[in-house]
Amino acid sequence: MSDTVLSVRDLTVVVHGDGPPEAIVDGVSFDLKRGEILGLVGESGSGKSVTSRALIRLLPGARLGIAGGSAVLGGRDILALDENSVRAVRGGEIGMIFQNPSSHLDPVMTIGRQIAESIRFHRSVSRGEARRQAIDILRQVGIPDPERRYDAYPHEFSGGMRQRAMIAVALACDPDVLIADEPTTALDVTVQAQILKLLMDLRDTRGVSIIFITHDLGVVSQICDRVAVMYGGRIVEVGDKRDIIGNGRHPYTAGLVACQPAEGHPGERVRTIAGQPPRVGQMPPGCRFHPRCPKADAVCMQTRPPLEASGTAHLVACHHPVLNAQEVAS
Amino acid sequence: MNRYRFVLYRPLQLLPVLVGISIITFVLIRSIPGDPVRVLLGPRSTPSAIERIREQFGLNEPLWVQYLYFVKNLFHGEMGRSILYKVDVLKLIVSRIEPTLVLVGGSVLLALAITIPLATIAARRRGSLADHVIRLVSTAGLGLPAFWLGIMLIIVFSVQLDLFPVSGYGRTFLDKLHHMVLPCLTAALALSAVLTRNLRASLLAELNSDQATAARARGLPENQVFWRHVMPNSLVPTINLLAINIGWLISGTVVLESVFAIPGMGQLLVRGIFTRDYMVVQGVAMCFALATVMVNFLADILTVTADPRVKL
Repeated sequence: MSDTVLSVRDLTVVVHGDGPPEAIVDGVSFDLKRGEILGLVGESGSGKSVTSRALIRLLPGARLGIAGGSAVLGGRDILALDENSVRAVRGGEIGMIFQNPSSHLDPVMTIGRQIAESIRFHRSVSRGEARRQAIDILRQVGIPDPERRYDAYPHEFSGGMRQRAMIAVALACDPDVLIADEPTTALDVTVQAQILKLLMDLRDTRGVSIIFITHDLGVVSQICDRVAVMYGGRIVEVGDKRDIIGNGRHPYTAGLVACQPAEGHPGERVRTIAGQPPRVGQMPPGCRFHPRCPKADAVCMQTRPPLEASGTAHLVACHHPVLNAQEVAS
Repeated sequence: MNRYRFVLYRPLQLLPVLVGISIITFVLIRSIPGDPVRVLLGPRSTPSAIERIREQFGLNEPLWVQYLYFVKNLFHGEMGRSILYKVDVLKLIVSRIEPTLVLVGGSVLLALAITIPLATIAARRRGSLADHVIRLVSTAGLGLPAFWLGIMLIIVFSVQLDLFPVSGYGRTFLDKLHHMVLPCLTAALALSAVLTRNLRASLLAELNSDQATAARARGLPENQVFWRHVMPNSLVPTINLLAINIGWLISGTVVLESVFAIPGMGQLLVRGIFTRDYMVVQGVAMCFALATVMVNFLADILTVTADPRVKL
């Protein structure tokens, strides 16, 4: 069960502005294995959402464009498909779960019809059959009394139920990959835990692979198998959850982990990484983290560090990686 | 279905509105200098003859007594007798209602038939030449008075091209439609100037909305995203704007029916005012008020139907 479902190589998204096009997603590569939950972690503006939108070729904004790379899913490169074929991927092979279910569901169409709509656009089934399948999916995502709730409008659902409905829309056509873009950020903590459990259950029962985008390392440690940390449009470190959380070798990863408020220490000041993330149009040369990095030197300012192996299935892009536990011990 | 409960009690709320309008029109028309009896009898009338007729129509009673008679008659389904035409006002209105209804109804349908395609083109090809032209024309349309537009349409389509009659109202159904094209077009163009800008703005906002992105993300073609999700959400505010403007349209029939010489209620009202035919003016004003109130009531029902979130 470790075959690769989605293989992204050198994905580059540029923003066309006044000057030369600038890469806001710069050479991103990762593999997603079947039944795996991959966390895509980073601050706002790190390019994690744009990366996910590029995979369904729906970039947020007319000035953004895919400048290169490939994303192979089921033997086909999504980035090379024509518009008609890419529509089959959207909602078909890749289901999208958005951050804010209240604004991402059509308020004047019933929940059931939004699911059935997706089914009818991807499979040639009758109206009645689409309805039956939609009710079945509503039941699978844990919505009680799905026959009746099929005809309910989004505003008649609670926040958590709305996010379940959105997951049901994403699951409508039994996709291989779910992209969940901060799916729990808008929810309160108990509902958040339920949604995370639902996603893990779906992974276990349906074998779906999930790209889980978040800035919340606590959520990452609960749900993810592997983690890719993004900074300034690049993946700076990728590896198993255990390699990243607590054992991260990139100074940025280490900083992120150190910033998590620890449980059981009330009153302690929350630590932060000094400085601001780079803005579009002002991406620093070399390693994009160097202006904020405590270990930066002349090399970091000029040369982009390659993503290199730092152990089994652990890659890090840094000229001066933090020593990991074993190295410190020796 | 309790969202529709307002259908039961809303008419009761509208009653005070109608009472207010009846008082205002009643007092206003009587405060204009002039006298229907003098108009009726002409300049050579004797004071005794004037007095006799005034008594016959109850015009020598105090104002509030006259108003109570008017209200009492309303409850019996009567609006009094026209002083000039010497027939029941209600009969007079019934005989004039058809052209006005066709004019208002036709204008609304035509306005939608113009607005929806134009706003669609402008929004979906934002920044294109078509968008700029549509925006420019609709902005210009806002500034044009309806009577001027009507006269221009007559000059072009009736006088120059001889496609439509200059004025009047036909006898057969098709003939009537033929006569109503230009008046309806005049009102529809003025309406769509307002509606197109509003709908275009709503469509642009909805095209960039999260729910449209989500619809694209589940694989819908852009056309389907537009007609299934963007348009239904955008139409709700436009329906309300249309309802507000139907009030304007109803009063606008006064001008349009004069320009096109249509024997409708607007024309009846204008003549009633000139001849101080109190009963006719009151009757038509009440009908216009009732129509405006009903249209807004209908718009409320439509809004509740179109947007499941709305509770009234």
